Amino acid sequence: MDTAITVTDLKKTYKTHDVLKGVNLTVQKGEIFALLGSNGAGKTTIINILTTLTTADSGTALVNGTDVAKEPAKIRASISLTGQFAAVDDVLTGRENLELIADLRHVNDSAQTANELLKKFDLTDAADRPAQTYSGGMRRRLDIAMSLIGNPPVIFLDEPTTGLDPQARKDMWQTIKALANGGTTIFLTTQYLDEADELADTIAVLHQGTISISGTAQELKKLVPNGMVELTFDSEKQLHAAADILKRDYAVTLADDLKLSIAIGVGMAELAELFVQLRNAHIEPAGFSQKVPTLDDVFFKIINNKKEDQ
Amino acid sequence: MNLIKDTWTMAKRSLRHIMRSPDTIITVVISPIAILLLFVYVLGGALQQQTGGVKYIDFITPGIIIFTIVSGVAYTAFRLSSDVQKGIINRFRTMPVAPSSILGGQALSSALSNLFSCLLVLAAAFGMGFRANAGLVEWIVFAALVALFTLALTWMAIFFGLLAKSAEGAASFSYILMILIFISPSFVPTESMTSVLRTFAQNQPLTPIIETMRSLLTNGVVGDKAWIAVAWCVGILVVFYLASLRIYRTKTISA
Repeated sequence: MDTAITVTDLKKTYKTHDVLKGVNLTVQKGEIFALLGSNGAGKTTIINILTTLTTADSGTALVNGTDVAKEPAKIRASISLTGQFAAVDDVLTGRENLELIADLRHVNDSAQTANELLKKFDLTDAADRPAQTYSGGMRRRLDIAMSLIGNPPVIFLDEPTTGLDPQARKDMWQTIKALANGGTTIFLTTQYLDEADELADTIAVLHQGTISISGTAQELKKLVPNGMVELTFDSEKQLHAAADILKRDYAVTLADDLKLSIAIGVGMAELAELFVQLRNAHIEPAGFSQKVPTLDDVFFKIINNKKEDQ
Repeated sequence: MNLIKDTWTMAKRSLRHIMRSPDTIITVVISPIAILLLFVYVLGGALQQQTGGVKYIDFITPGIIIFTIVSGVAYTAFRLSSDVQKGIINRFRTMPVAPSSILGGQALSSALSNLFSCLLVLAAAFGMGFRANAGLVEWIVFAALVALFTLALTWMAIFFGLLAKSAEGAASFSYILMILIFISPSFVPTESMTSVLRTFAQNQPLTPIIETMRSLLTNGVVGDKAWIAVAWCVGILVVFYLASLRIYRTKTISA
């Protein structure tokens, strides 16, 4: 697969604060790439460098094969940025906002482009109202619609769902997925692990100025200990009988209230094996719950490991 | 060609802003008109002794035009700074559009709206008895000088609009210009000032501009300060135009 973005040893210092201390990352063409990091980790700085808003102190960044520092004008023709706060013109209507960008991008028929996007983003009814009357979700949709004009092959979304209500957030996810399905490369930043999990083909965690880890959501989840299964029993007798059987194969912890915690993988086969063992011993648990490792576990593990290193 | 087209696209955008908040034009013209009323009807009788036989309304009108332009460009800086704060400028900065078009559009619309404000204030002055002793040629030269001065101050406003950390702070450079107007021959002849102030007032950049405007309208001649006036305007224009383009490209604007 071709690469859309290649970042090598990118460094940036603001006054005395080293924001980026040598960032390396690769984004494949057509994928959704999520840059995950806590507030102030430097996600926006990376976006600013890749979108020509600022320059790095050292290192290189290639977007569509072009060096952002050497030919910024060429980069600008092939990207678009949707910043952290919806950068729409409040005074203009939704339609006028779209036509403004369409005119500046020199598309052939800006009125028609605007109409199509209004329809696609479900803004037709509000098309001729000033953007300041829009809800947060509508502003975000307008913002993204403006970014799509001229069909740039790479789109940067800086925290696209920050501040949105749950429904608007889900809608935004649908929009982003649809964009990626259309072949656009999407580079997004987020503080939300579930968002990265839901959307991204590749996730990179930015922590203390470098990419601590990157891979698919599945790959990252493998880095934390297996999941847990918790079984509840009707009696002490059953509880201890189960514990005796299961501790031969698993790490078992007796919890309060007739509960047994078992460390076990998340695969179906492993779970089935556990229940077969219980059934063979004629033990029937009264309750069952499973805790699957999440990206949160990965994230917190990375952050905690780094702290221990210091 | 794209340069002109894009500049016009941007100018249309900010003209829409101006048209949709006509209160900004009212705010811009109301203080010069209030000062005009105050100086002409309250202080004018006393100040009339100082103007060497010129009717006070005729004496003050050119300075009031300058005042109108200063109060107008304060809004230019305010509007541009709000665009910066809202991230709209960052959006434009990541698009393949020349900075001179993005900022030039603002400059064009600002100059047009400020000239319109000047017309309103001039009409008010006429209503209060202002009469010019100028032919068509002098009026055209006067208009050209007003346009050049407006453009120069507009680029100054664009520079401060890009530089300021808040929209409210962006307009503060205009206070300094306001003070310069008061310490100039705009409202009273410099002869009546104390010697230190007089030296300053006679040599500061606004003075030749005001004197040339007054000379054109009251005497019907260009006067001997015209080239100095034009030189100041062009100097301000070039310096702030280049500085604005530079800051547009290099400044890290954190929205």
